Amino acid sequence: MSTTSAPLTDSRIMVRRNLKHILRNPVTIFNGALMPVVVMLLFVYVLGGAFNVGEHYIEYATPGLILLAITYGLAATAVSVNSDMTKGIINRFKVMNVSRGAVLTGHVVATMLSSSVAIAAIIGMAFALGFRSPATPLDWLAAIGIIAAAAFAATWLTVALGMAAKTPESASLTVVPLLLLPFVSSAIVPAAKMGQGFRQFAEYQPFTPIIESLRGLLAGTPSGGYAAAALAWCAGITLAGYLWSRATFSKRA
Amino acid sequence: MRSSAIAVSGLRKAYGDKIVLDGIDLDARAGTVFSLLGPNGAGKTTTVNVLTTLVKADGGTVRVAGHDVATEARAVRAVIGVTGQFAAVDDLLTGQENLQMMADLHHLRAGEGKRAVTSLLERFDLVESAQKMAAAYSGGMRRKLDLAMTLVTRPQIIFLDEPTAGLDPRSRRTMWILFRALVAAGVTVFVTTQYLEEADQLADRIAVLDRGHLVAEGTPGELKRQVPGGDVRLRFSDVVVLDAAARVLNGSAVDDAALTLRVPSDGGVKSLRALLDRLDEHSIDVAEFSVHTPDLDDVFLALTGHASTEAIAQ
Repeated sequence: MSTTSAPLTDSRIMVRRNLKHILRNPVTIFNGALMPVVVMLLFVYVLGGAFNVGEHYIEYATPGLILLAITYGLAATAVSVNSDMTKGIINRFKVMNVSRGAVLTGHVVATMLSSSVAIAAIIGMAFALGFRSPATPLDWLAAIGIIAAAAFAATWLTVALGMAAKTPESASLTVVPLLLLPFVSSAIVPAAKMGQGFRQFAEYQPFTPIIESLRGLLAGTPSGGYAAAALAWCAGITLAGYLWSRATFSKRA
Repeated sequence: MRSSAIAVSGLRKAYGDKIVLDGIDLDARAGTVFSLLGPNGAGKTTTVNVLTTLVKADGGTVRVAGHDVATEARAVRAVIGVTGQFAAVDDLLTGQENLQMMADLHHLRAGEGKRAVTSLLERFDLVESAQKMAAAYSGGMRRKLDLAMTLVTRPQIIFLDEPTAGLDPRSRRTMWILFRALVAAGVTVFVTTQYLEEADQLADRIAVLDRGHLVAEGTPGELKRQVPGGDVRLRFSDVVVLDAAARVLNGSAVDDAALTLRVPSDGGVKSLRALLDRLDEHSIDVAEFSVHTPDLDDVFLALTGHASTEAIAQ
């Protein structure tokens, strides 16, 4: 028995615990990894032919679908965070000198890891469906950086939403806006083709610069402006999500 | 005299306008079982939450194992174990993984942790279900696993908050046996319950909590002496027999409308036999016969002047 806490060890234990949760819940695996692939098939084969985006549709849609791969896994994280807070296990950790941050770190790291799997699956699927990219290894590296920043931001925001919700059921609802936002961005069709109001919204919401910067990088035509805007959004959302999570955590736990 | 494991004085706690604990004083000696008895809403869980560092008190001092819960929370947490009202087990982990997680979080060395897990699984009769997810466990098994998780680090003081609420009588008895084994090993146990029988079975001392006030404190024997004893209820076929019985059994209470007679009794076999023999001698036929022993409701009525259920309605 020790009275000193070891944040790293504790975090590792929590990550392992959360990964087991993800792997043992078939619904989580389906929503997180398979659903985005299904959506990709739907858009590329069923709907994509009807959209005139000025290029091969799979090339247009892939950056947006990568973001969908991130957001589809978030409901599970929100529910999992909330269950920890509402189902008593948090009290067990609290009376044990477990380092406070470890619980949050566990959720964030586990979600990032499962997101990586979903992202790898969607990129693999894109290549299988004919996606081709002239991007250099450096472009790819930059693209991965932006994807990781977006996943990190979305995860912290989700942890905060899950923490703030009253019940696991309502926690899964709080992330619905995050699931819908990509559709009102340039993910599926260019913002210019949307109706009045939606167009302006799509142009100014965070998903659009993230998607546009990815699209530029993967097409081999990187745009510094979009990348800067994307990273600024990600940094802002990450910070807000982190602070909100921490504040709610210390209030509830 | 043994030293205090838990010493509480003037503990106060309010949530908004609602005063939950209004000046509580408790003293639990090391190596004994102390029971806090009270109905739902009396403030039992709040008391446990303050004593286990989960909730800050508004006033008063609380020392657990000699450490102040407000200023030395870490030292308190290092020596206590808590099993709450709802089994705090991880549903998606197996029984073994739940225990292993506790060993890991306490930074036990690998070999030491494994030994602790194995011996707890055996001691709590969970070996067969060790590889099953806790979600598949029955209520009784979940409580056992919960308690086993609390014991991984061998705490000196264990808090049990209504540890058998919602369990069937058989599982409840199993839990009692496990609690007694803890006490035999020298652990101090602080247990809350709404069952007088449970407090009676387990505790060395009982404190009765009602609406945030302690209304009585003492050994189970002392407490029961403050309560009207049990009685035997006899129902007769008509008023004539009822009156005849009332004449034979002095000191009994007559209820004409219900045709019943309440005779004070300790409920023991000897006194019951004497009572029945006496009725036989006078050839009085009894239509119905029941023995009533004091329960929490009687204790409450006697100590507070209101039934325990009224506290819930508040």
